[in-house]
Amino acid sequence: MDLFMELFKVFITGGIICSIGQLLIDKTKLTPARILVLFVTMGVILTFLGIYEPIVNFGKAGATVPISGFGYALGTGVMEEIDKVGFLGIFTGGVKACAAGISAAVIFGFVASLVAKPTIK
Amino acid sequence: MNANVNMTKEEYSNYVDSKAKKSPIGKNLVWAFVVGGFICIIGQLITDLFTSWNFSKDDASTICTIILIFLGAFLTALNLYSIIGKHAGAGSIVPITGFSNSVVAPAIEFKTEGYVLGLGANMFKIAGPVLVYGITSSVIVGFIYWIIKLFM
Repeated sequence: MDLFMELFKVFITGGIICSIGQLLIDKTKLTPARILVLFVTMGVILTFLGIYEPIVNFGKAGATVPISGFGYALGTGVMEEIDKVGFLGIFTGGVKACAAGISAAVIFGFVASLVAKPTIK
Repeated sequence: MNANVNMTKEEYSNYVDSKAKKSPIGKNLVWAFVVGGFICIIGQLITDLFTSWNFSKDDASTICTIILIFLGAFLTALNLYSIIGKHAGAGSIVPITGFSNSVVAPAIEFKTEGYVLGLGANMFKIAGPVLVYGITSSVIVGFIYWIIKLFM
């Protein structure tokens, strides 16, 4: 039952975040690329303002799997690193926190595009 | 056919709008909600699985990110991700699998233009801006945070 409740919260949180994206696409004609940029930037800013953390505590993967969670990782990463090492953390913290995501995107993306055939239009 | 050939541009534009198929916003929202929520549930189940195998919370969510990015790339290479995206819209764009899709899809498309300037250069056509603005805002936020800390 606990698991069910947890997954329900994840579903609701992730669903709402994606619906906001859909609403922006339908109402403002923002392109998907702009949506992604907007969500990452908002993720960083909301994390800094302390607004995103409670959403993550409530919705867990529902808040970290959407691309705004990437911004959350950047934001928490940079602040934690500054706490640890000081000034240099400004430059190292963010990318360090999402290094796995970037490397995974590069390597899997590279291999996948090597293997796949371009679709004929 | 009694269309008025003397319509002004504005009238014509209104006429076209009235004939154009309305995009069903309500239906789009439900699709985005359900598919987006479902992808997040998969992410949560992966994270829970690895925490139950005694991985720390941070490690488990890092592994989850890597697996979801792999799945996004894999489904894109099989040309299946675009099928999901057709209905799901933002539900397939906003999750991290969509980020992965945005890396792989242009890379495949521009592969014919060569491995360096085709595949290599276009991989980050959409993901590049995401990193530029994401990292820039993290450095700005970090700088502000550092200054605030100086005075506390």
